[in-house]
Amino acid sequence: MATVRVLIPTGALGLGYDRQALERGVASQPDIIAVDGGSTDSGPAYLGRGQSKYSRATVKAEWRELMIARAKAQVPLVIGTAGTSGADSAVDWMWDITRELAEELGQTLRVARLYSGQNPGKIADAFGAGRIISLPAAPAVDAGVIRSCTNIVALAGAEQVQAALATGADIVIAGRTTDTAIIAALPLMCGCNAGGAWHGAKIGECGALATTNPASGTILITFDATGFTVEPMGATARATPYTVSAHMLYENSDPYLLYEPGGVLDVTEAKYKALDDRRVRVEGSVWRSGKHSVKLEGARIAGYQTVSLTLVRDRRYIAGIRDWVAGIEARARADIAQRMNIGPEDYGIEIRLIGLDATLGGLETREVTPAEVGVLAIATAPSEAEATEIGKILNPYLLHHALTADEPMPTFAFPFSPAEMSRGALYEFVLHHIIELDDPMAVFRLVTEDIGHG
Amino acid sequence: MAELRGLVEKIRSKNAGPFWLTIDIFCGNRDCFDRVSAALETGRVASLFKVSPETLKRFDIADLNVIKFSLPRPSVQGTRADRDMHGAAWATLLEDLEI
Repeated sequence: MATVRVLIPTGALGLGYDRQALERGVASQPDIIAVDGGSTDSGPAYLGRGQSKYSRATVKAEWRELMIARAKAQVPLVIGTAGTSGADSAVDWMWDITRELAEELGQTLRVARLYSGQNPGKIADAFGAGRIISLPAAPAVDAGVIRSCTNIVALAGAEQVQAALATGADIVIAGRTTDTAIIAALPLMCGCNAGGAWHGAKIGECGALATTNPASGTILITFDATGFTVEPMGATARATPYTVSAHMLYENSDPYLLYEPGGVLDVTEAKYKALDDRRVRVEGSVWRSGKHSVKLEGARIAGYQTVSLTLVRDRRYIAGIRDWVAGIEARARADIAQRMNIGPEDYGIEIRLIGLDATLGGLETREVTPAEVGVLAIATAPSEAEATEIGKILNPYLLHHALTADEPMPTFAFPFSPAEMSRGALYEFVLHHIIELDDPMAVFRLVTEDIGHG
Repeated sequence: MAELRGLVEKIRSKNAGPFWLTIDIFCGNRDCFDRVSAALETGRVASLFKVSPETLKRFDIADLNVIKFSLPRPSVQGTRADRDMHGAAWATLLEDLEI
């Protein structure tokens, strides 16, 4: 009977983990080390720019430790969704770091890069041909919107990761994959129970989050013919039937179903059993195969933004803050209409009141009188120069606008100089769609290279 | 009558991808779960988000003592209108609900 042990060092590379837990994991003789490098959870800019959310120094420091762990364990090391988004530029970034480390560590390695990036023009053509299918709550798109994406990625599943492993790679740097694919790939390849492989992968995808000590990071999942066993590697971390089963809730809109390329996982009948006070056995999860389709993610520029923050502490102004803000916006809009060549529908001014309802906006239900209000002014325009101009038009009003005409000119607190901060491009996600594939590798590229001093 | 936050262990909201929001109410024990499950009408949660009740998917999970709601995100993650990139703060809307 095939048994496959997958070591997951942490929920995401760059997030940190307990070094002793990783050491214990390496000592427990895993068959593969799999780590996630990103997700959409931090927003569209990372995909839009194709840049990492975490610092290069942090990613390099942790990747160094994992490369050393891999050499010690003599098993493949796989990262999925490299560089936060898994865009091609993020894979290349991770590839640069890997080459530097191979040199520094004196390692000789075969490295496979699995690229998930898509040509927006080709995806637009596929959309035109009716091959792109929308998922529930997908935004309306057309071929023009798709063409305007700065990055589109397809989410690789187990088959694509298996193709990368089949090259005999010591390290696989994968672009966008589903969170589970990098964990499920090897157990599925070795004939482990398919429902168990996907379910165990979902439980392990966030590292030790499915245990009593999430910060310990490292977790070992053992897959076999009938299910899987969860074992945390942190000294004090425990997996219980509750912590394990509750993880299906996490960032998942349906706690029983998980859609993956090539099918759907159903855990309705899964049984969770404590083997002792720290390990949990799971059986009964079901995998239902379907057509091989992969999800697409895309991001495009939706304008440019300049923001500023003003602090208001005057009691009378706090009491009249909405009138104050409305007055500022009206004066700025009048100036823009007279002085800039931009129509009112082509730019946005939004002023959010921190301390009152900046987080929830129109859904806020609490009413309070705060000690101070942070006035977050957001200007959005088609170009960075125009957004900055609008930010500067707002500036004198945010500093000095008076509630009434017959009072001395007030002044409010600006924490920064310059007061305006250009945020650069505003990105937005534009795809929540799938594309059906006859060949799982049809929209992915695999490049294998041997590096280091042989 | 009691406020939901005083009854349950935790209320969590998270993105379920850029287009969906999911809210988990961890009741902690069976008595609390039974009480909240029976008394908390889907329509009241929907009205907090100013959407119709049919918009919400609801799961009452007795094995976990959890009540889960999923709905299309009030604003798509990261758009100009979005205020909460990780969808974390919407959970606090439910805290003040009277049960």
